[in-house]
Order: sequence, then C-alpha cells, then structure tokens
Amino acid sequence: MKRSIWLCLLLAVPAFAAASEGSDWKMDPFHPNIQDKPSLQRGARLFVNYCMGCHSLKFQRYERTADDLEVPHDIFAANLIFADQKIGSLMTNAMPTEKSKAWFGAAPPDLTLVAKLRGGEWLYNYLRTFYLDPLRPFGVNNKVFPNVAMPDPFLELQGTPVEACHQVPKIAPNGGEERDPLAPGVAITHEQCGFIDVVQGTGKLTPKEFDQAVYDIVNFLYYVAEPARFERERLGIYVLLFLVVLYVFTALLGREYNKEVH
Amino acid sequence: MQEPQSTSRFPAMWTAFMGWVDRRFPATETFEYHMSKYYAPKNFNFWYYFGVIATVVLVLQLVTGIWLTMSYIPSGQGAFASVEYIMRDVQFGWLLRYLHTTGASAFFVVVYLHMFRGLMYGSYREPRELLWLIGMAIFIAMMAEGFFGYLLPWGNMSYWAAQVIVSLFGAIPVIGGGLMEWIRGDFLISEITLNRFFALHVVALPLVLIMLVFVHIVALHHVGSNNPDGIEIKKNKNAEGIPVDGIPFHPYYTIGHDLPGIVLFLFVFCAIVFYLPEMGGYFIERPNFDEANPLKTPEHIAPVWYYTPYYAMLRAATYPLFTLDAKFWGFVVMAGAIALPMGLPWLDRSPVKSIRYKGAISKTMLAIFVVSFFILGYLGTIPPSPGATALAQVCTILYFSYFVLMPWYTRVERTKPVPDRVTMR
Repeated sequence: MKRSIWLCLLLAVPAFAAASEGSDWKMDPFHPNIQDKPSLQRGARLFVNYCMGCHSLKFQRYERTADDLEVPHDIFAANLIFADQKIGSLMTNAMPTEKSKAWFGAAPPDLTLVAKLRGGEWLYNYLRTFYLDPLRPFGVNNKVFPNVAMPDPFLELQGTPVEACHQVPKIAPNGGEERDPLAPGVAITHEQCGFIDVVQGTGKLTPKEFDQAVYDIVNFLYYVAEPARFERERLGIYVLLFLVVLYVFTALLGREYNKEVH
Repeated sequence: MQEPQSTSRFPAMWTAFMGWVDRRFPATETFEYHMSKYYAPKNFNFWYYFGVIATVVLVLQLVTGIWLTMSYIPSGQGAFASVEYIMRDVQFGWLLRYLHTTGASAFFVVVYLHMFRGLMYGSYREPRELLWLIGMAIFIAMMAEGFFGYLLPWGNMSYWAAQVIVSLFGAIPVIGGGLMEWIRGDFLISEITLNRFFALHVVALPLVLIMLVFVHIVALHHVGSNNPDGIEIKKNKNAEGIPVDGIPFHPYYTIGHDLPGIVLFLFVFCAIVFYLPEMGGYFIERPNFDEANPLKTPEHIAPVWYYTPYYAMLRAATYPLFTLDAKFWGFVVMAGAIALPMGLPWLDRSPVKSIRYKGAISKTMLAIFVVSFFILGYLGTIPPSPGATALAQVCTILYFSYFVLMPWYTRVERTKPVPDRVTMR
C-alpha cells in the first residue's frame, strides 16, 4: 500500500523535476560585493526587465530595494515598477502559477532566496551556460542544469550560444602541457568538445559585457536573499568592540575578587 | 568626639525594606542558601563555565523566542513567509532570528561540554545520581525542543527531517503505523503537525525545561558541587561548619569567575551571529531556503549537527534481526545511545571519581568515546556509503563499549591516591 503511494507520487512528479541536476561543468568563481551599489542597481534593472516577467521576489519590497540600493523612490518607481504596484508592495508578478506549470512544465520559482538555496557561484555559471539544443522544448539546454525547463532569457543580450569543440593543449602525466619536440614552444593539442561559443554579431553585448551583466544580476540576487546583511555586518563590529571593552572590565573586576581566594 | 554618621540614609532604608520583605517571603534566606552562603569548591577550572553559560543561553532562547512568536505565523501557508517577514520587515527581526538559531546550536555546544565535564570528573557519582538523571532529562527535553522548533520555519529540510524522524516510530512493530499518525495528526507532515509542534515548542517544552533546570539547581545546591579532584569538600569543615575548601558562590564565582567567562562566550557567540549565522550550512541548512514541499525530497537529508552522532548510529544498524527490520534496530540503537548515560552512576565502580586519579584504561576509554562521538557526528552529516557505514558501525561499538565495559575497567585498573584537600592547578 505504502509503496504504491510512493510510486504514484514519483509518477506524478513532472519531467522537469525529474531532470538531473548533476553536472560536471567547471565552475567559474563568483565573488559577491554588496558594497558595489552601481552593480546592484544594474542588477536590479536587468532583473526587473529580463527575469521578473516570470520570477517574483515575493518576500522583498520595492521600497526596501530602493533604499538599500540608494535609488530615490520616484526614480525607482518610474523606471522599475511596471505593474500597478506601489513602492511599498512586495515584488510579485502577474504570472499565474497553475498556467505557468502548464506552459513550462514547472512553475517558475520565486527567486528571493535562490542565492542562498543554490549559491551565487551556481547561479553565475547557470545563467552563462545556456546553448542551442533543438531537442529541448524551448530550443535551449543548459550545462549546469541539464534539461532545465527554462528558456534562455538572454539570447538578445548574449547572442546565440552554440556548443563547440576547441583544440586544447594535451596534458602530460606530470600535469604540464605537452610541447611539440620538433617545434619548440608549440603545444600539442587535441580536440575537446562541450564548450559554448557565441555566434559573432548576434548579441547586443560583448562576451565581457555579458559576463558583467550576469554578475550584476547574481550580485543583486545575493543581496535580495538577505537584505539585512548590510546592517548585520556594520553592527557586528560595534557589538564585538563593546564586548572586548566589557571583557577587560569584567576580567579586572574578577581579578580583584580572586585576590581574596587562597 | 562625635560618632561618624552614615552619609546616606540608603543602607538603613534598604535594611528596613528587606526586613519587611523577609518577614513575608524568604528573600534573604533564599539568596544566602543559593548564592552568598552556598560554598562551592575553590578549585573550579575552565570546564565549570558551561553550566552557567547554558543558563544564559536558555534565557536568551526564551527571550528571543517570545519576540519571534510575536511575528511568526504557524500555518502551512504563512509559516515560511512569516520567517522571511521577520528577516526583512520586522525591526531587528533578523537579529532575533539569528540569535535564536545560533542559540540553539550554542545550547548544544555548551551542554555537550557541560556533560563532558561530568564524565571527566565523575560528577554523576554518589551523592549526585539524581542531579545527573535530572540533567539527562534536560538533555532529552532539549533534543525534543530542538526537533519541534526545527519544523517551524517550514523549509524543505524542516519538512523532510521531520518526515524522517517521525517515520522512525513507524519501525516499531504492531503499533508503529498508528503511532506515526498519532504524532503527525495526519497521514503526512502537514499544517496540523506544524501547529502541534508549534504548541509543544513554545509552551510545553519550555515549561518542562525551566522546571527541570530549576530542579537541577535545587538538587545541585542540596548535595553541593563536585570539583576537578572529585573530593567531597563537605567532609572537611571548620568550626563554623563552613567547608575549608569552599568559597561563597556569590561573589567569588558569579563575579570573580563566571562574568568574564560569559562575556567571552558572548564574544564568540556574537561573532557567529553577525558574521557566520548559517555556519556554512551547519546551523541553517541550504535546502531550508526552499519552502516545504511534500513532492520534492532534498537530495540529501541530514539533521542539524547536534543530532548527527545519534543519526549516524541509527543508520549504522543495517542487519534485520529476529524478523524485525534493520530500521527498528537502528531506532533501538539510537534510543540506547541516548539512554545509556543515565546508567553511569551505577556503571562506574571506580574507587575514585575524577579522571585525574583514575587509571590508564579509564582515560583511554574516555578519549576513544570522545573521538568516536566526533567521528559519528561527522558521518551523520554525509550521505551513506559502504565505507562510512562500516566506520559508523565501529564507532557505535566504541561508543557503547565506553558504558558497557565501564563496570569492568573501572574496577580492574590501578588508581592514584586521592589527596585530602582540593588541589589548585
């Protein structure tokens, strides 16, 4: 009985969720910097324009975002609030959950906490590793999250990413690159596939600009996952300094009492 | 010449006021019995900080818990969102929550150290058997309190950890299935479960904990504190009936010893609260940033670190016995591992209390016990593999042998002579 219930549950899980999340993609590092306000502002603008049609930030308020990112309320409201929402509203969208499940196979998740759930590095690499794959419903696949049910939102910015094979240096058993003994300095190469190349001239941004844009979005999501981080890290110093001073006084006081113990 | 006059009328007024109170309530008497005339051995060392720190953490948990309750919503729809509301929209809500989550881990750190002190210095031996048993009851109540509290954020790890732990009861023959339903109040972990866990976490178990801690201290002050030498200071009193090796708990321990220790603890504690509140996923696990979802099992379900030694022992049982499946025996092993320390007062047959005067076997067994506890704690956090399970089985046997072999090894080993008076080192 119990087994059959579990079997039903498993069968009910949509193909999206069944897709493997394992990947051996070599991750590029991501170093968040929430003090970089211009980056966070650019990230917020990109998020609202390219992500928020499908993904909400339902625990975060516009006003909090504007204040933390040091954007005046009127400018923020005029440029970044599209729907009929007030500055004090939560950053929700009009995507109907049930319908979106039918459209995509899974409802686009809320992204308020995604940077805590997945980690900044995962996001930074995930958003940069879409590539054309005619076998997928939306025509794209992903290196970090294979068979994901999400379309590539950045085709316009990045251009057309295609899988490619490159000639890469052969690695000798000692870990160094192999050199051609007959042509000094020339590396021996072999073909390796699985790279992503962008078809030149198809995107609005250069590869470097695109990396920066993705960095800004992920940096913004990193901030959104814990907006109290600013205050936490600022306040912590004062608390710890206070405790150091308090320790000195309590230790000196304690020493006076201990003098009486023999 | 005139008598010097009191410059202030305050002391006289205070004496008069306390006299009025004392005729109606034993305020001064109670203070003296438990504080200023409670004589504690003068040779307390580093290990004697953790009892008082545990009390500080208990108060911290109660206070932050009360404030969190003001904004938390115990419902399937509202719980997860209300935690994020606390983290974002409530003034200093993030601080209250991080103090509470870090406090939970800190509580277990200091209580484990407090218990280790008891093991080292034989604090469970006569006449402190009841004191030890009450302490064990506190430990079990804490584990229950932590377990119920962990469901409340309604994250996906909350959900599935509760699912796994409650399903353990399903391994009990005959009554298991019914018992599981009775605990959950539903056929799966649901809002009904969340509501009852909330009631237990914020009302029932805090009451139990406060009462047990009170009784623990009453029992302690009745029998008197043990000390690193394991000597009864009450056996050596002066003409006034005061132990010659004792000093008044207040102010010599309260201010002279504990206060700087508490501040030092708070420094480490606050450094974590402000700069490492998630402790790399050990205090707040990553999948818990996803809302509870009965259809989405986290890739790897692990309890919070303070349960992992017991969880590793649970998983170490892999053989079915007497027609009962391995899961049931895992449950038995885990329950046994938690219950066995209660037998210590009667398992320890050594003529001496403190590890300082016990023999080499006792010292080795204690060291093996601690190491295996740490290894089990680590193994409980990682996914099972054949190697990890084998290591967990070895460590489980070592953990149990510390207790089971104790009546033997504490009797046969050669002990050192215990001095008459406490030593200061």
